Amino acid sequence: MTFISLAGIGRSVRLPDGSQLDILTDINLEAERGEHIAVVGRSGSGKSTLLNLIGLLDSPTAGVYELDGRATDALSARARARLRGATFGFVFQQFNLLPRRSATENVAAPLLYASGRQVWGRRAAAREMLDRVGLGERLDYLPERLSGGEQQRVAIARSMVRNPTVLLADEPTGALDVDTGSTVMDMLQEVVHQFGTTLVTITHDLSVAARADRQFRLDHGVLSGLSAADLPSVTAQRSAS
Amino acid sequence: MTTLVAILAEAWSEIRVHKLRVILSLVGVFLAVFGMTSIAAAGDIGRQLVAESSERSGGRPATVTVQAYPLFTSPDTELISTALRDVVERYDIRWSSLVVDQQIVANFPGQSEYVQARSVDAAYGTMHRLLMEQGRWFAPGDVDRYAPALVVSPSFLARVGGFDPNDPPTVRLGGESPVMATVIGVLKGDDFGAPFAYLLNDAASRWVSGDNPYGQPPMLEMWVPPEQVEQVSAAATGDLRRTLPGHDLYASRVDTGDQLAQLDLVLNYGVRGIGYFALLLGGVGVLNVGLVVVRQRIREIGVRRSFGATSGRVFITILLESVCATAVAGALAIGCAVALVLNLPYEQILSVPIEDLPPFPLQAAVEGFLAATAVGALAGIVPAIVAVRAKVIDAIRY
Repeated sequence: MTFISLAGIGRSVRLPDGSQLDILTDINLEAERGEHIAVVGRSGSGKSTLLNLIGLLDSPTAGVYELDGRATDALSARARARLRGATFGFVFQQFNLLPRRSATENVAAPLLYASGRQVWGRRAAAREMLDRVGLGERLDYLPERLSGGEQQRVAIARSMVRNPTVLLADEPTGALDVDTGSTVMDMLQEVVHQFGTTLVTITHDLSVAARADRQFRLDHGVLSGLSAADLPSVTAQRSAS
Repeated sequence: MTTLVAILAEAWSEIRVHKLRVILSLVGVFLAVFGMTSIAAAGDIGRQLVAESSERSGGRPATVTVQAYPLFTSPDTELISTALRDVVERYDIRWSSLVVDQQIVANFPGQSEYVQARSVDAAYGTMHRLLMEQGRWFAPGDVDRYAPALVVSPSFLARVGGFDPNDPPTVRLGGESPVMATVIGVLKGDDFGAPFAYLLNDAASRWVSGDNPYGQPPMLEMWVPPEQVEQVSAAATGDLRRTLPGHDLYASRVDTGDQLAQLDLVLNYGVRGIGYFALLLGGVGVLNVGLVVVRQRIREIGVRRSFGATSGRVFITILLESVCATAVAGALAIGCAVALVLNLPYEQILSVPIEDLPPFPLQAAVEGFLAATAVGALAGIVPAIVAVRAKVIDAIRY
């Protein structure tokens, strides 16, 4: 069943000189629950903008975006924020952990925007999620004391703590070395599989994209399918590393 | 409820994480609230000191004196005293005293000396808020003593020796027909080296024949409700006009209560005005730091927006951080002000006795706390607006 549906989506901005810059043009994309899709592209191709649109952090200037069969264009800013918190989890390239907060506090932070029992039980839920990503011994560590891989694992735990329907990962291995990146991706896939979460990965790394069920290429704001021949096999990539 | 708890938890977490910055930004607010509340409390204590001091000389508010001067003859003390006491009885004045000033000869060991003496009724001590250093003030039973009782000033006591309540000192009063008087109490406060004594009117008329060098007739003092001053004065002079023909009659209010009310007004508004101004300056400090910090936290705010934080939530959280911080600073400042104001040794510092130390003014404390909170809210609005206006995408990339 289609959960994310983008039809004819465009995103453009007005430049200071009055001209228009098209960042995304006529994007058509569908993703089902539990599916893993990857979008590859060079820097500046519009990957992050696409992710922001899907994650309701930004709004398209053309086309229709439906989430679970409901159009999102008519939603108020407040409703968008609430839907975003309840539906999406974000993993950023630079981790974006809250500084000077322990791993537990970081993971518990999204639950402050939930309601009822989730707010009151946020610390227990955060500890449980950290345990799932193998950081049960680092609960009180500040981000500054964690390695890059550990920080990204905290970020993954944080993105999953509200049990989102969709996890949006923007270059999740971009700041990690190959080995650590591979380990993090293994763990990310394992976690989303456990929860049945849809995973949308934005990457410039073909080996990361190869892990997805379907792959797309974004080039100058235009989305196209990626054939299997363009991708390295995951097995080959793992053995190489 | 849960949302409110979550917002408070988030705001408190921010304060905790940025405690050094928060503390530094709150110094101004702390000092302003501390200054405001402690000066207000000190003002109350100062007012009480002035009030007590003035009540010792002029009487409590409202004290009305009535005097009768014969137009053509010397004053007839007996006649005037009887007429004045009739007024007290007729109008059932609860607190009153006849006051007669005179000079008496006190035969101290080694020397005789003229000392100033005032004969009064027992109520005079309460009416003038007289404080005792040692012993006691007159009681009604002292009228029946076989020797006059005296309440004296420290210099008087120094001339007769020390005070022992079990063996009170005595002093011989009078020249040609002296009488032995007993010192039953010593007044608190400095008499600047001039010995002074109080004795009861009845005892004075029975035992002591002092000189009245200024020809002062007896004076009636009455402590009445301030709103009845006019009525009592008119009634007393009206009656005395009939009972004391040929006398000039004066009735006037002698306490300084109404002037003190004006002083109160100046203190109140002056101190508050200065305090609010200082608080406003403290608020500017909080605003400055808040603005700088919110710009440093743009990425974090963007991340929180990705968690589902609405604009309203971001606004309230940033605002609450400021409000929580200034409220805590205000509460701490009030606590310090209370500790300071209630523990200062006023009598030693000011060398003036104080009978009723006023409690810490609750109104000033509440006002200081609310003002600090309000300043926090005002100082938090601008950073909160900046935080809300930050674009989420830019904030995350920042």
